[in-house]
Formats: sequence, C-alpha cells, structure tokens
Amino acid sequence: MVNTRIQTQDLNLWFGNQQVLHNVNIPIYDRMVTAIIGPSGCGKSTLLRCFNRMNDLIPETRIEGKISLGDMDLYSPKTDVTQVRAKVGMVFQKPNPFPKSIYNNVAFGMVVQGKYSKCEIHIRVEESLRAAWLWEEVKDRLHSPAMALSGGQQQRLCIARALANNPEVLLLDEPTSALDPQSTAKIEELCLELKKSVSILIVTHNIAQAGRISDYTAFMYLGQLVEFDITEKVFTVPADKRTEAYLTGVFG
Amino acid sequence: MNKRKLQNFFGTGILGLALLITFGFLLIFLIRMFWMGYGVLSWEFISSAPRKGMTEGGIFPAIVGTFWLTTLAIVIALPLGVFTAIYLTSYGKPMWIVKIVKIAINTLAGTPSIIYGLFGMAVFVSLFGFDISILSGSLTLAILALPMIINATEEALRSVPRDFHDASLALGATKRQTIMRVMLPTALPNILTGTIISIGRIAGETAPIMFTAATFYSRLLPKSWNDEVMALPYHIYALMTEGTHSESQVPIAYGTALVLLLMVLSISAVAIYTRYAIRRKRKW
Repeated sequence: MVNTRIQTQDLNLWFGNQQVLHNVNIPIYDRMVTAIIGPSGCGKSTLLRCFNRMNDLIPETRIEGKISLGDMDLYSPKTDVTQVRAKVGMVFQKPNPFPKSIYNNVAFGMVVQGKYSKCEIHIRVEESLRAAWLWEEVKDRLHSPAMALSGGQQQRLCIARALANNPEVLLLDEPTSALDPQSTAKIEELCLELKKSVSILIVTHNIAQAGRISDYTAFMYLGQLVEFDITEKVFTVPADKRTEAYLTGVFG
Repeated sequence: MNKRKLQNFFGTGILGLALLITFGFLLIFLIRMFWMGYGVLSWEFISSAPRKGMTEGGIFPAIVGTFWLTTLAIVIALPLGVFTAIYLTSYGKPMWIVKIVKIAINTLAGTPSIIYGLFGMAVFVSLFGFDISILSGSLTLAILALPMIINATEEALRSVPRDFHDASLALGATKRQTIMRVMLPTALPNILTGTIISIGRIAGETAPIMFTAATFYSRLLPKSWNDEVMALPYHIYALMTEGTHSESQVPIAYGTALVLLLMVLSISAVAIYTRYAIRRKRKW
C-alpha cells in the first residue's frame, strides 16, 4: 500500500511567455524513490523546483494549478515559504556547502528556524551526519571548514544539512553528475537507505541510475509528463513510444 | 631582422619604457620624500606639539586629529555604505530607482574633493551648526568615503556564489537571514579590503577638512568632537603656504608628509595582507 506525499494538479508553469510545464499531474509516494528522467530542457528540474518553490526566485515565473503536501497547499498565499522549504529539502547538482565549518553547515537549517535549543541542534547534527553516512569520516573535525572535504563528502554533507530539518520529502537535482563513480555509488546506496524515512524525488540524466535506485519513474518530454509508473514497468514495457525511444537511446 | 620581429622589438620597447617612466617617477618621489623628511623624524617629532610658530617641535596634535577624523568618518560611513549596498543588490526595486541611485553614487565618486569641503561647510558647519569641528570634518569625509564603500560592498556581495544564496533559501532561511548569515560573512573580507583602502584615501584628504575641521595651529589636543583639530594633510598645506620661516618649516612639512605617507602605506599593507590571507584560505 502506498501513500501519496505530494500531489500536483494540472500544474502549468511559464517563464515569461514561454510555457515550461504543461498540465503535469504527478504523485510523489511516501517512502519511495521517484526518478524524473527526460532529455535536457524537458522541464524536469523546473518541476523538481516547484516542490520547494525555488522557482519563486526566477523573475517573471507564473504558476497555475495546485501542489499539495499532505493538507498543505504549497502555493496558497497563506503558506509560509520557509516552512515549505524546511519540509521539502533539496540537494543541488553541484555540492554547495557554505564556507563555514562542517558543524555549522548541518546546524544552519535548525538555527534559522529558531525553534531548537542548542542541545537539540547538537543531537540532530550528529543524527543527520550519521544518516548521511558522513559521521565516521568527520566526527573528529566537526569544526574544520566544510570546503576542505572531497566532492562526494561535500554532497553527503549537503544531504545531511537537508536531513537536519527533518524533511518529509528530499529533492535531489542530479546529485551525482559532478561526482566520481565511487562517490556516485555511495550516494545511490544512501538513497536506498534514506527512503525508509523520507520520500525521495531525484532528477537524473543517468538512465541506469534511475533504474538502479527508483521505485517509480516519470518520463518528461517538452514540458509534459509523458509517462509515470513503477520503474520496472517503465523500463520493460513502456506505455509510450517516446519513453521507449528515450530509454533505448534513440534521442536524448 | 625581418619586419615582424622589428615591430615586436619596438612594441615591447614602448611598453617597457612606459613602465620605466611610471616607476621612475614613483621612485624619485619616494626617495625625495625620505631624503627631505628623514632628518626631522624623531620620537619627539611624533610625540610633541609644534612650538615657536611651527618652526620647532612635533606634529602630535595633527596625528591625533587625523586619527579621530578618519575613525569617526569610517564609523559613520561603513554601516551606511554597507546597508545601502545591501539594499541595492538584494532589495532594490524598481530598477530605475536603483539605476538613478547608482548614477548618483558614481557621480559622487568622481566629484573633486574640494566640492565636498564646500558642501560640508555649507551644510554641517553652517546649516546644522556643528561649527568647525571633528564632527563636521568626519561627516564630510564620511560622504567622501561612502561611494567607495558602497561600490566595494556591492562588488563583494555580487561575487558571492549564487549557490550559497540558493542553498540557504532552500534550507528555509528567510531573505534577511540569508543576507546576514551567508552573504555578508562571505563578502566580509572584500568589504573590509575596500574599507581599508578608503581609510587610506580619506586620511590623506586636505580639501574636505580645510573648511570643516582643520585648524592651523593648536597646542592642545581635542577634548570632544565639537573641537577643531590639527590634521596631517592640512598641516603640510599650512606649513608650505602660510609659514614665515620657510627654511625651518619646509623640512617639517616633508617630515609630516613622510609620516602621513607611512601611515597610509601601512594601512594599505594591512588591506593587501587581509586579501592575501583570505584568498589563500578560501577556495570555491
């Protein structure tokens, strides 16, 4: 039995006059890894950024339709955008730790929320680093600069930083495209572990990666959600010809 | 030698010559300053007040005056400049207001410093009734430093990678928190460098303080910011133009210039070192 964590209803999005998303209806299921695949410029990252309202930062963005997270309407005028972003964590393509210490990077989200005591923060920092499989590597140097970590470690630090807010959903925007194969493998394994406690939505250019780690796969093309189903099904018997063409490498 | 080699030879020759002339002038200037000023430098020169119609004694009141004028000016200009720059980079709306403000700032930056002096006299000394005082002088110098600090801060904020900004917002920080906790700390070294350079600049200005703060001669140190003060650049000016015993006053003027030069140079050295230390520590 799967529960829906996020549901979009007829989501349309424009940058200026250009429509980037067309009538997207997609569910994000609880404790599942959902992968969004598709050729460059198909709107998959834009869709991902709808879920934590990062598209708000782009001037002249217009959005229609509805996205609900539980009983929260993400784009309602009453919704506090900082709450949305605390509930829906995000990890970017390029590891982007702050030029602060490892500890302060992980504590950042909790500090800005301003509702946690020092002690709670201390505990959550350790928990988050453990959850992101980074604790053993950094426990002796929590106060040294995060910039000194390797690329793969930095990306896991960014995951820990997002986890510290105790999010319901974790958005990963091509999280491994800047990493070496070993670090990539580690992050993929980590995703499989994390999905026990958080819903994961991952955008990836790497079809094999989507096949390895996702439970559900969405295929997007020209701003439309072409296909959404259980990964196995999408990969073995795609319902749409375009999905099949993309997966077999005819275009992309 | 063929034609292209010849062109190359003369081309580099001209470049080298330009460098040599520039550097030569600087060298002559420095050597001359040291040569003329070195003789009067002594502990007494830096630590005592002028005597006998400024033909003897030291420049201590002028050092103190310049110190207070500069410090107060920066204390006023730094927050104003940093806040303005934050507004311009992060909140400025609509665009045309931002553009007008920027044109105004750049015009200010290019205004001759004597104009600041006249402005300070008209507004702070007369209109606000601060009289000729440290306060009037510092306010005038602060206005002079503002465009430099605003531009340095804007530049520093714009050079903070977009990634940091986005990461902060994505973690649920507000815009204000993002600026205070991520943008400003990251930009701080460059803001400080810009500030230190502007300190060096305003410490050496004569025209803005001529009508607003500086006094020709004072044996006493200032007691409050309502007092007029002696200042190093103005002291040089006074010695060279208004003295009656040039044979003893000119060396003192050179000595004063040397002290001022060393002060400004050491401030610049601090700026260069800060930048170096931070560049070495940070990589992104």
